[in-house]
Order: sequence, then structure tokens, then C-alpha cells
Amino acid sequence: MVKTAVLFTAGTNCDEETIYAFELAGAKAVRIHLNKLKKNKHILKDYHILVIPGGFTYGDYISAGKILANELQYILADSINEFIRQGKLILGICNGFQILAKAGILPGFSNDKVKKTYFSKQTVTLDTNDSNRFECRWIYLKPNPKSPCVFTKGMNNIISIPVAHAEGKFVVNKKETLSKLIKQEQVVFTYVNDKGKKADYPYNPNGSVADIAGICDSTGRIFGLMPHPERASTIYQYPNWGASLHASEKTQEPDGIKMFINAVNYAKENL
Amino acid sequence: MNNLWAIEITKLGDNPETVILKNNISDLGIKGFKDLEIVYIYYLSGNISNQDTEKIGRQYICDPVAEKFKIRKLEDSRIKRTSKSIEIVYKLGVMDPTAESIKESLADLKYKDCIIKTAKRYIFSGTISINNVKKIAQDLFYNPLIQEPIPEKFYSSFVKYPVDTRKVKVQYINLLGKTKQELQEISVSRLLALNTDEMLALQKYYKKLDRNPTDIELETFAQTWSEHCKHKTFAADIIFANGKNKQVINGLLKSYIKKVTKELNRKWCLSVFEDNSGVIEFDNKHGISFKVETHNHPSALEPYGGAATGIGGVIRDCLGTGLGAKPILNTDVFCFAPPDMPKEKVPSGVLAPKRIIKGVVGGVRDYGNRMGIPTASGAVYFDEGFVANPLVYCGTVGIIPRNKIKKKIVPGDIIVLVGGRTGRDGIHGVTFASLALDGESKQISSGAVQIGNPIEEKKVTDAMLVARDLDLFNATTDCGGGGLSSAIGELGKCGAIVNLDKVPLKYAGLSYTEIWISEAQERMILFVPKAKLRKFLDVCNMHNVESSQIGIVTNTDRLQLRFHNKEVGNIDLKFLHEGLPKRTLAVYRKPQIAKKAAGEQWIANNDYNKIILGLLNSYNIASKEWVIRQYDFEVQGKTSIKPFAGKTNNGPSDACVIQPVPDSKKAVVISCGLAPQYDKDAYWMAASAIDEAVRNLVAVGGDPDKTAILDNFCWGNPEKPEILAGLVQACQACYDIAKVYGTPFISGKDSLYNEYKAINGEKISIPSTLLISAISVIPDIEKTVTMDFKRADELIYLIGKTCAGLDAPKVYPHQGINIFRAMHQVIKSGLVSACHDLSEGGLSVALAEMCFAGGIGAEVFLRKIKAVSEQRIADKDNVLLFSESNTRFLVSVSRQNKAKFESIMKNLPYAEIGKTTASDMMKISGINGHSIINLKLKDMEKAWRISLGSAMR
Repeated sequence: MVKTAVLFTAGTNCDEETIYAFELAGAKAVRIHLNKLKKNKHILKDYHILVIPGGFTYGDYISAGKILANELQYILADSINEFIRQGKLILGICNGFQILAKAGILPGFSNDKVKKTYFSKQTVTLDTNDSNRFECRWIYLKPNPKSPCVFTKGMNNIISIPVAHAEGKFVVNKKETLSKLIKQEQVVFTYVNDKGKKADYPYNPNGSVADIAGICDSTGRIFGLMPHPERASTIYQYPNWGASLHASEKTQEPDGIKMFINAVNYAKENL
Repeated sequence: MNNLWAIEITKLGDNPETVILKNNISDLGIKGFKDLEIVYIYYLSGNISNQDTEKIGRQYICDPVAEKFKIRKLEDSRIKRTSKSIEIVYKLGVMDPTAESIKESLADLKYKDCIIKTAKRYIFSGTISINNVKKIAQDLFYNPLIQEPIPEKFYSSFVKYPVDTRKVKVQYINLLGKTKQELQEISVSRLLALNTDEMLALQKYYKKLDRNPTDIELETFAQTWSEHCKHKTFAADIIFANGKNKQVINGLLKSYIKKVTKELNRKWCLSVFEDNSGVIEFDNKHGISFKVETHNHPSALEPYGGAATGIGGVIRDCLGTGLGAKPILNTDVFCFAPPDMPKEKVPSGVLAPKRIIKGVVGGVRDYGNRMGIPTASGAVYFDEGFVANPLVYCGTVGIIPRNKIKKKIVPGDIIVLVGGRTGRDGIHGVTFASLALDGESKQISSGAVQIGNPIEEKKVTDAMLVARDLDLFNATTDCGGGGLSSAIGELGKCGAIVNLDKVPLKYAGLSYTEIWISEAQERMILFVPKAKLRKFLDVCNMHNVESSQIGIVTNTDRLQLRFHNKEVGNIDLKFLHEGLPKRTLAVYRKPQIAKKAAGEQWIANNDYNKIILGLLNSYNIASKEWVIRQYDFEVQGKTSIKPFAGKTNNGPSDACVIQPVPDSKKAVVISCGLAPQYDKDAYWMAASAIDEAVRNLVAVGGDPDKTAILDNFCWGNPEKPEILAGLVQACQACYDIAKVYGTPFISGKDSLYNEYKAINGEKISIPSTLLISAISVIPDIEKTVTMDFKRADELIYLIGKTCAGLDAPKVYPHQGINIFRAMHQVIKSGLVSACHDLSEGGLSVALAEMCFAGGIGAEVFLRKIKAVSEQRIADKDNVLLFSESNTRFLVSVSRQNKAKFESIMKNLPYAEIGKTTASDMMKISGINGHSIINLKLKDMEKAWRISLGSAMR
């Protein structure tokens, strides 16, 4: 059975729906408090997938995800390195993405199984939205079919999914970082407008460079994104599901759940 | 050795915060302003070296991609000031959540015992004067109640004071020999907010005991007997004369609100008026709790902190329900003055409306979002009458296992305090809420204003729910108004011993009385059996929640308060809870002429296209998107009918539907109603609020026969006869309408004395406002409907009778309930593809919203409404278009469902008034058959969408 660990600490708040989405996808998912991991560094060895879910860890004070990123980097690096070295999967959603970026785990340009540490110098971040406001809305994402990301395998069409964040503007430290991300096909999702074209605000809800909504590491096994796939995993979570019901049309298959199914299938086949 | 360091962070790219502030400064029209830069400063004091600070700055605080930092050692205690900058810090003792978080995280990284404070420095460029810098700072950067420009003594505030070990001296307050006049003076000078009769009752009681009360005892009475806790006005006997009718009412709550609940005797009401929330049945395993609170007075003074602690407080009410309900939804309803109210109309000493709006919305946003509770239901209402007293209603819906609804009070259980530490926060918040604000309230009540720390509350929630499911405690309640005094006084009704020195403090130096009545946030009281104590404390530790054993439950019927082993108070609980003398109020009311509604101004004008665009653009009707999208209304993944409906999520939903248990198709629907525009006719104002709440709920598929409601009264000073008369009539309406609608009240709260004496002596009372919140359980989430038109060429029906008048619209409850039942029937049967209630702006606005939300046009004929209109207005286009008569809906029905639909509606007022079209136009023909309205959907949508957002920019 594929087992997912959902990391939990003060201010984590999307743990339950993330667990539910993994269970819908056929995994067993367990909430693990950070204090448990601190006490027992080997606790992750029973798990195939590690998720850092959405929330406001430690209030997002200082800046979003910064404190948990510090803890991963300076207290829990051994456990995380071991987990990555074993070829397992890591998913960071919203706050989780902010944390993976700030800990230097993403973009992970040249990850392989012999690396000493997967924590690099930080090169990307998620900065304050251009609107300077929290933004909760449904947006459109275009997947990159060439990306090695295992979570989005087979996803070729534009999807609809919600974002909810105040600090989601994807920024890079220098141009080369961006070109490398693009060249290595590590950009997994970009924001697009309702016609599938270049997104202006509010379709790009935060002002991200190159409309980037999610990236993966060079192996495709570590994936971070600002939008919330766990909130697009059942039809009743969608806006307008009622409209198709009244039209007696077939209701749309939720897009978010596909990412969880892909992860679980990958773990089944490879781990 | 302790050093003091500053780590200074600046943004590398554009800083959106400065961009917004620069716009706001430009709006102030100040000369010489060129540019603004913000420096975010973290002051650290502790045994830390230069290298340590460098490391902390580089690794732990600065985000190197977006920020740069420098460190500065502060050698001397003088603050360097440049003429063009101002640095803002929190006042001593005010909660600084960022500092709290950093402190914990640094302790984890081996830097223990640091003192941390945060600050922001605003650096101006241009020829701007220092006086203007100060003015801008006051207007935009800080609130002097909680913050200040960095004071000279700032550095000395980093010194830790040793714990105070001086001997405890018990203070007695001399009541026994005092005259009536002197007693009243004691009440005023000590901010007790007790009237002469109440002071006399205390004097009499202590005469019997042959001693004076200690200070802590007197405070306990003041807290417990406060309007806020005891609802004295709602419990008072009222002699009410309305015209020639005279009657004696034995308590408004008992005679009307609770009475209707009792008479309706609904089996699905699991807990009403006895706990921190009302609870109704969800399924055979769960109950759903709902509570709505107000936090008006604090929000008037410090909008951000006031609103945040308001939502924080009602979330704790949810946690304090039974053995803890899990919060699943927040509601927010605000009443503000319009954002662009002219400056000269804003009384002095009052914050500008725009600042109040931003602060309140920000407070609810930051608390609710961080707690991970979706804020997905609410309303915003604008009227200049709220300029000095904004209304901030916050509600929380929770889910609770049915076997956790009852508390058990077991003598011998340990009283455990969990969560935040106690400081001087909010001292006298409760008695403050029972006094009217005046120009000086800013000074006397600064202790009543607080900042919340949502992450503390989130940790408490997590720990409590784990402990609840492990069955580790017997009872719980929240520390809200009155702090420990109310919490333990209420819960420990059979007796308790409390050791106040065991309460963990934020800083030393609090007196035992301050500890007892402090309203410091994020604290819960739990009664834990001794045998389970260890396990309970382990759960708290795992979640990094501080827990302290502060006392024990007894069966002595006495509240014994101790401080360092000395008894400082000993109160008979029976007298505490039953000794409050009942008030008697008398009011004579002349028959009144109702105020005209806002719609009247439209009457003379007959350019209906323009009127409709104007209505859509008016703040009360316009989209509240600017507010709503700042809330995470999707977190928890359960929000199914969201605040916005329609093809591009651009229409206003009537109510919110959530799916609390993901594997179950059962859903919960929540709505609200309020009608302060009719406050001069309180009976119909209240009736309209109930009708609107139930109407909104029915409009998405709620069952009127399984609907519970909550009342929240916000009124002026009830000692004024006309204000009290309105309150009585509103309560009478609550009984009359709820009785026929069959909707029991399950919880409620009142906030009185919402009036403000401006410095110039002008007295401003708010429009009397009753908020009704409604909640119901829907067995199948698919049997719901949204308000957007779905397809062209469907029939449009108007349900309900259109009546004359722009006075307060009446409610005809016997016909109303039949309409609601029929509407529920047609929605449940899937016969309706869209449904919207008619409220502000009447038919025209409802139709416009349904059109642009669906991207579907409409063609409607007013002459077809004739049959369901009152005769004298049946040929008046303007009334038919804009009437705000209650209990009306617009629906769309496919042609194939026509017959079935009409057979259910038979015998009720309904009319087929037109059809949906594939065009991008809303077209309406007048009574005489001529086209009177021809509007493009996108023009209507634009008018509706932009006004509030641009006003708030």
C-alpha cells in the first residue's frame, strides 16, 4: 500500500483535505506532526510520498513558510535528504511550495541519487502578490507536457483549480535561473487566461514571472505549486458543478485528483 | 552578556506595500512627497554575538531572492532619527505575533531567551515636512492605541524585570458605609459599569457578611453582572405602552426569543441557549453548531485588532461548545459608513471610514485565513449612521460528534488553562462594551483593545480536538469577555479553587485582579480528570501548547481565589449568579411614521437604464469582491456553493453551502438577513431580516421546515425610550414571524449602547440593526441551485406578491411559509435551473444579476406581473421594478418543466414574466408594452463589479 506522510505543524491548515485527496487516489495518508519527526528522524522511512500541505506555518510571520523552511534546512535535513535519495516523492502545495523554495530544495537543478545534500542555495522564491492582497479565486493552468514531473503525467489540457494566497509571486534570483528552469522543462504549470492565452491579472493572480504557477526538480519527483489540487479533487468542490447537473451533462472530471493518482501510481510502480 | 541588535530588511524589487501606500499618500494631497521606502526591522536582545546576528539575519530571516539585510549593533540608547523617516513599534505589552513566532523558532535553533521586537521604518524622500510625515504616519501607518513612533525609552524595554515576589496584600473596597451617591462614584471610577441598584445590592449582601468585598470580589461581580455577560436589558421587566396598549413584559429574551424556540420544540435542536453555540442535528453521528458574536466597540477604536479578536473570540465559542466543535465555516457581516463619506461629515476623534473598512476586513482575513477556516458567508452594508460605530458580526459554524455535546462538571477535576499567556490585554473589555463610546474613550479604554495571535489559537484548536477524541477532559469553555472570572465563574458552578499565581504571564507585575479579569486572547479552560492529566499534558506538549494547572473543581458552591497561598477572594456562587437585581424599564411609544426607504429617490426619474446601472453601482448592491476574495473561502475543501456563482464566478450567491463530511452528500446551508434601512420601524425591520435570511436559505435549496435562526441585536442606548421601544417591537416581530415560519432561535447575542458622543457633544446612535443568521441541513447536496441563468429560452417566473410602498416592507408569514415550502419543493425536485431572491433594488437588480452571472439575456414584461401585485401599484413601472417587498423569488424553468412547476405553485402568487434569451441584453417592457429597459450584460456587470474595489484602492 502506498503511504503518504502529510507534514503538520503550527499553522498547517490543509492537512485534512490533502489526506482525503490521497485516500481518494488510493493511498494511505497519515498526518505527522513535525515534533514527531524531530524526535524520530527515521519515521519517514515507512512512507513513499511526503507532502507539505497548505497553511500558514508559524503564521507565515517573517515571510511565508520561512520558519518551517529553516527547520527543514537546519534541523531535519538528514531525514529529508535520505527521503529524496531513496527516489521518493515530495509535494509542496501553496505554503509547501513556499517552503520547498525557501529551503533551497526546489528547483533542484541536478538531482541524482548520489548527491550529498538536496538543499541548495536559494535561487527562487514566492514573494508578495502584486496586488498586496490575499487572493482567493479559481484560475486556469496550462500543463507542460514535456516536463518530467511525475505528478502531472498525461495531463495535456488546460485545467481549472483554485489559488488562495498572499505570497505567491514566483521570482528568480537571476535570469539564468529562469532560462535553466525553462530549458530543463522544470516549469510544470503556467497561469493562462480563460482562452488559454497569456494571463494578465487576475488570471495570473500574483504577478509571477513567466506566469509560473508550479515547478519540479530535475527528476520530476519533487513538485511545488501555488494552486490547490486538493481543492479540485471532487466535483462538489468546483464552482458551477450545478450548472452541468441542470443541463444533465456529464459532470466534469475533477482535475486536481489526477495529480494525486499519478503520484500514487508512480509510487506503486517504482517504490 | 546581553547585546541589542537590529536586523534591517529591505525589499529588492518593487514592494507592493509601498506601491499601495504611495497611492494613499497621494490621495491625501500632501505637498512635496516623492517616494517612500519601508525597512522591516527585527530587534534582538540576548546573549548573541555579531556572528550570531549575522547568521540569524542571513539564514533565518532574510529571503535572499527578494530581500537584502544589514545588521546594526545598538550601542547607546539614543535613537537615531532622520528628519524624513518615522519608525513605528508596538507599545509595551501589546501582542506582537511576528516576534512571538521568531522567538519560538530561534529557541528551537539554540538561541534561547532572546527578546525580540519588530518595527517598521518608513523613509520618505522629497521636500515633505516632518509634520506632514507625522500626519501621514497617524493617518496610514499606525494606531496610537497599540503602536507608537519609537520612543526614547525603547531600549530599556528590553530589560527583563525579575519576577515580583513582594508580599501579597489583599485590598478591600469600602462599600459598607457609603451613600448611594458614593457607591455610584465607586462604580464609575473603577469602571465597574454597575448601576446604583446593583451597587446597593452588593452593599446589602456584604453588610450581611459584615465585611467589605476585596477588590477581586468586586471585580468578579462587575464582570459577571455586566450587560455583556448577563444581558440585563433582555432580562429586565419592561412596562411597554404602545399607543393605548399597555403590557408588562417579563424579559424580552424569555417572552419572545426563547419562547418561540420552546413552543416550536423542534426535535433536531440538540442544544439551544445553554452553551457557547446552538447545536442542531446533522446526521446520526454529528451535530452542527453555530454562534454569531459582535465586536463593535473594539473595532471602532482599533479596526484590525478589534475585528481579528472578534473572529478569534467566536472561534473559541465554537471550541467551547460541548467538549469542542471543530470550526468549519466563518461568517462575517459588517456595517460601515461608505468609504467615500466626506471628511467634514466624519466626527472628530473617529477613524476615517476607509481605514475602518480596511482594518476590519484585514483583521477577519488574517485571523480566519491563518486558522484555516473558510469565510464564505456574510454581508456588507453601508450607511453613514455607522460612521462612529461600525458593526462587526463574526460567526463560526462547527461540527461536533453527538456524544461530545454535553459537558460534565466533576468535583476533583483539575482546572487547566491552555493557550496564550496572560497580560494586561483587554482589562475591562466587558464593562467597556457596556458603556457608550465618547471622544475620550480612546484614552480610558486602551487596555480593552488587543491584537490577536491566530497561530496560538490554531495550536490550541489542534490540541483540543485531539484531546477531545481521546476523551481526556470533562468540560471546557473559552476565556472571552471577563477572562478567567467569567469562564470559571460560569463553568465551575458547583465550586472551584483557583490559584492565580499559577497562571503564566506575559510579563511580571500583574496584580491578582488583573490576572483574574484579563481578556488576553487564545486561552481555553478545561476540566481534566486527575487520572488523565498526564496524557492531556502530553497532547498539549506535542502541539507546543502551554498548559497550566491553575485550580480544582470543588462542590462547595464557593469560588475561592488564591494568590501565593493567600485567599484573596471567596464568593458565594449562588449569589454571584442569582443576586443581580432585576431591572424594570418603562417605555411609552407614540405611533410612528416610518422612514422612507432609499429607493424613493429613483421614483421621479424615469430613465430606468440609468437607474439600474446606478443601483448596481451603489455600495449596498455592488459586488463585495474586494472584501470576499481576501478571505480563503475554499480552505478545508468543503465549500460547494461559494460566495460567487455563475459562469465566470461573477454573480452574488444567496447563501453558502458546505459539505462538512466529504463522503456524505449531506450539506449545510448558511445565510443571513438584515435591514437597517428600516430601523425607524423596528417591527418590520426585524420581520424583514428574518424573511431575508430564510428567503436566502430557501433560494439555494434549504428546507424552511428544518431551519434554525440566530439573533444578533445591535442597538443604541436602551435607556432611551425610543431606542428601547424599537427593541421591544423587534423582539415581538421575532416571536411572531419565527413562530409561523417554524424557525427556532438557537443562539443569540446583543450589543447595546452603540452610540457615540462626539467631542462637540453630538450624540450619534447607530441605526438599530438586527442580524438574523439562518442554518439548515440539506440531505442531498445535488438538490441545490445557484442564482445564475443556465440556458436561453427558459421561462422566467416571479414568485410572491409585489406590494406598494417604499416604507418598511411587511411580511405576511402565513403566505410566506407556503411560498417557502413550495419553493423548496420545486428546487428539491430539480424543476428550477436558477433561483435568486429579490432584495435591495427589487426585481430589476435580481434579474440583472441572474443575467450577467449566467451570461444569458432576458426578456421580461412588467404587465405580466400585474396579477401578483397589489392593485394600487399594479400599473406603476417604477414600483414593479424596484419594490423591495419581502418573500419574493425569481426563477428560471425549462419549458418541459412548466406544467409540473405550475402545479406545485398553484394557489400561490406567481407569474410567468418572460424568458431567457441567447442575446447579451436584458430587456424589459413596461406596463404599456413599450420597451423601458435595454441593457448590455457587460455594462451591468461592470457597474456592479467596480465600485467598491475602486473606492478601496
